[in-house]
Amino acid sequence: MKRILNLKINGKNYEILSSDNRTLLEVLREDLNLTGTKWGCDTGECGACVVLIDGIPQLSCLTLAVFCEGKEITTVEGIPEKEMEEIEKILTEEGAVQCGFCTPGMVIMMKYLKDCGFNNSLDIKEELSGNFCRCTGYKKILDACIKILNKHAK
Amino acid sequence: MQNNKKFKTVGIKKERIDAPSKIRGFAKYTDDFYFPDMLYGKLKRSPYAHAIIESIDCSKALEIEGVRAVITGKDLPIKYGILPVTQDETALAIDKVRYVGEPVVAICADTEEIAEKALDFVEIKYKELDKVLSIEEAFEKKHVRVHESEKFEGNAHRVISLEFGDTETAFKECDYVREDIFFYSGSTHLSMETHSVVAYFDGKRLTVYASHQAPYYLHLILSKALEIEQRNIKIIIPYVGGGFGGKLDPFPEIVCASKLSMIAKKPVKITLEREEVFYNHRGRHPVLTWVKTGLKNGKIRAMHFKSFLDGGAYGSFGVACAYYQGALQPVTYKIPDYKVQTVRFYTNKPPCGPKRGHGTPQPRFALECHLDKIAEDLNIDPVDLRLKNLTEPYSVTCNYLKITTNGLKECIEKVINESKFKEKFRKLPYGEGVGFAVSSYLSGAALPIYWGETPHSEVIIKADRSGVISVYSGHTEIGQGSDTVLSYIVAETLGIEPEEIALVLRDTDSVPPDLGSYSSRVTMMMGNAAYEAAMKLKRALSEAVSEILEESEENLIFKEGKIISKNNPEKFVSLKDAIKKAEEKFGALSFSGSYKPAPILGKYKGAGVGPSPAYSFTACVVQVKVDTESGFIKPIKVWIAHDIGKCINRKNVEGQIEGSVYMALGEALMEKSDYTKEGFLKNPSFLDYKTLSMKDMPEIDVYVIETYEEKGPFGAKEVGQGPLLPVIPALCNAVYDAIGIRFDEIPITPDKVLEAIERDKKRVGPDKIIDFKFPEPIKVEPPKEDFLQNKL
Repeated sequence: MKRILNLKINGKNYEILSSDNRTLLEVLREDLNLTGTKWGCDTGECGACVVLIDGIPQLSCLTLAVFCEGKEITTVEGIPEKEMEEIEKILTEEGAVQCGFCTPGMVIMMKYLKDCGFNNSLDIKEELSGNFCRCTGYKKILDACIKILNKHAK
Repeated sequence: MQNNKKFKTVGIKKERIDAPSKIRGFAKYTDDFYFPDMLYGKLKRSPYAHAIIESIDCSKALEIEGVRAVITGKDLPIKYGILPVTQDETALAIDKVRYVGEPVVAICADTEEIAEKALDFVEIKYKELDKVLSIEEAFEKKHVRVHESEKFEGNAHRVISLEFGDTETAFKECDYVREDIFFYSGSTHLSMETHSVVAYFDGKRLTVYASHQAPYYLHLILSKALEIEQRNIKIIIPYVGGGFGGKLDPFPEIVCASKLSMIAKKPVKITLEREEVFYNHRGRHPVLTWVKTGLKNGKIRAMHFKSFLDGGAYGSFGVACAYYQGALQPVTYKIPDYKVQTVRFYTNKPPCGPKRGHGTPQPRFALECHLDKIAEDLNIDPVDLRLKNLTEPYSVTCNYLKITTNGLKECIEKVINESKFKEKFRKLPYGEGVGFAVSSYLSGAALPIYWGETPHSEVIIKADRSGVISVYSGHTEIGQGSDTVLSYIVAETLGIEPEEIALVLRDTDSVPPDLGSYSSRVTMMMGNAAYEAAMKLKRALSEAVSEILEESEENLIFKEGKIISKNNPEKFVSLKDAIKKAEEKFGALSFSGSYKPAPILGKYKGAGVGPSPAYSFTACVVQVKVDTESGFIKPIKVWIAHDIGKCINRKNVEGQIEGSVYMALGEALMEKSDYTKEGFLKNPSFLDYKTLSMKDMPEIDVYVIETYEEKGPFGAKEVGQGPLLPVIPALCNAVYDAIGIRFDEIPITPDKVLEAIERDKKRVGPDKIIDFKFPEPIKVEPPKEDFLQNKL
């Protein structure tokens, strides 16, 4: 059974014909070609599919698209350009990207942590520990995240 | 390429050129491609580790609406394999299955859902066979034949027996001899991106998008398996989301998607689920190692390795892996007389293959722990023992490997000083410890998989009146940074910015061959080819500009997008004008560069594994804290120094080293392919297959040692694999320093630590090897002292 879903993604309104059992990740990738959000495990373990739903990081592979009606979804493609320029500059300079497959999920988490506002009680390693990376050893990702957060320390 | 030359880009700039598109989510990986009318493929896999396929009935599956094609092993009967010597695989099992997870039927349908449902309607009758799941079983249960071919006695897939010099006599001369036994568990690559393929056959030509590390080998093998001329196959490799060796084989899903698209005449995509990636495997071989070393006056006089490999169900890169068990020890240490005996067994588990470090991490783990014990026995410092036995730069090993630059001594001094090793070793409180180890690795295998005289890497550079400079290359970017290396080398040569170069990459119709991303070969081989091509363009531009500026070619400098007179900086031509002038003078500006390593020196059977244009060297100190209550080992800090030759991009080099440390710590502490008695993999998911998270990572101090290798582009050597090697034994040695227990078996999981403490064990590890009778070794006379002089 299919029906029309009204989704607001990256500030744009979409009407999508979809069945109820489809995940947000499937709709993003297959229907809207927003392939920046990656499919890594389908079981909520790797963090490659993280998007913001009403500003909160969520695993899009475990979220049904029907539950997202009336909510604001932000994918890596939807991060405002000014913010993205800063994230891009810092991640590039720090060497935080290798194969790049975990990167969009990491970027979404960094944007979230930045929006939360940095304070000393924040355990960045804990916050990012749900996002797996097999290339970098995490060091440069952590360095980049700290640099971004320090710029926005409240 | 002198070492004092001032570069503008190489070693100076930090930015990876692919980073922005990956950060923004624009970068396309194979699964990101969606084509109109594309079908989705799924594979039906074996639930048995070893069974006869009695019958397959696909009729009900074919009746399901939306199912477009179904294939079985009979549709793909031609055997293939990545190595010419082991053509033992088919994409879908024929007659019998050899591991749990082996593909038997492939289906494509309009949607993934339909394809998945259709799998349930395929009826396969199996008759279970007895199976072998370990080295011991493979050897002892001789009635079980994983492969029936008479070539393999028992289940021994490949037996190697080599002797350089005369070890028997040499051991007799020793004043000290020690033997040890080790076991290295198998592990897998676990790239973030699962394997994916989209294949489209248009009636004549086949186009394949694949997450793969070596498109040219894939090209060859697809041609064989599908019976299509190579000229009718086009392979495109998008960005690859991590490889580590796990995307080198011609995997079943690639062959199946191609075949399905040939039947359905539509594009077919197969993206593996995470669990399926564990069945593709080709990961680290579990290896049982016995090593014996004899010393005379503190110097290694003779060494003997026996290695037993658990190869899994198929050959994959196994023969090379088996040879690597013995190949590189003499690159690190001077070993006058050396014997290597190796056997790889077939077992009923997913095939093992090449994982970061190929077949060298297992013997390295064994050797470096073994030397730590020797140093303790002889009451000498483990660092001094190494220093006393290192190979010299520009020397030749007993197995005919030619070492050029060698910065290992510098690497050792760096990590020992920075970590204050000597102040800590055997002096820290109970539960804390430091360990030390060293290693070496190749910068590209000197022989291709398919032997021949054609170059290993070719690069084409094209420039035209618009000012565009395009570089065409077939190397694959698996995260190691090879796109950046390519553009940095061309940019440095032509005095432009790396971002200004148009890269045309990884499409076999458009770019010249490159053998792929394996054996740490890309910077060395593609880099040299790119440099040669860029130099040819530079010479053509110089010739054209020297006419305009009335200046000799030697007096021209390529800088900041201009060609400037050395004598009078006011006199210059823009690069765009220079290209236009050269195009007027010479016609189309297209130049190529090629790279082929020098011929190998060894003449014996097996001499092809180990030679490389240059070797990298690494030294490492690991400090750990062992929680004796819980058994958890916490790596506190890692100091690691790597002889890279010369950094092309320093951040990238550091990133490769840090990533290697991470992967090594995983293998030492938790990563393990773990099977039940029935041959089921226990942990085929991200959660169950344990890896380190960001929270588990220790501080890492990376030291980059530059020795300026004359064979490498701008002096560069490898960094992708070598730094993994010493971390594992350094950790094991640190655990011994902390709690006085030798772990001669990895991973060192908390249960093993607790059990050892509770039972007051002094050692955890295998106590015997199998009674395999190796044939008499092939005797090789080591090179004479003046060997290199005669060769140069």
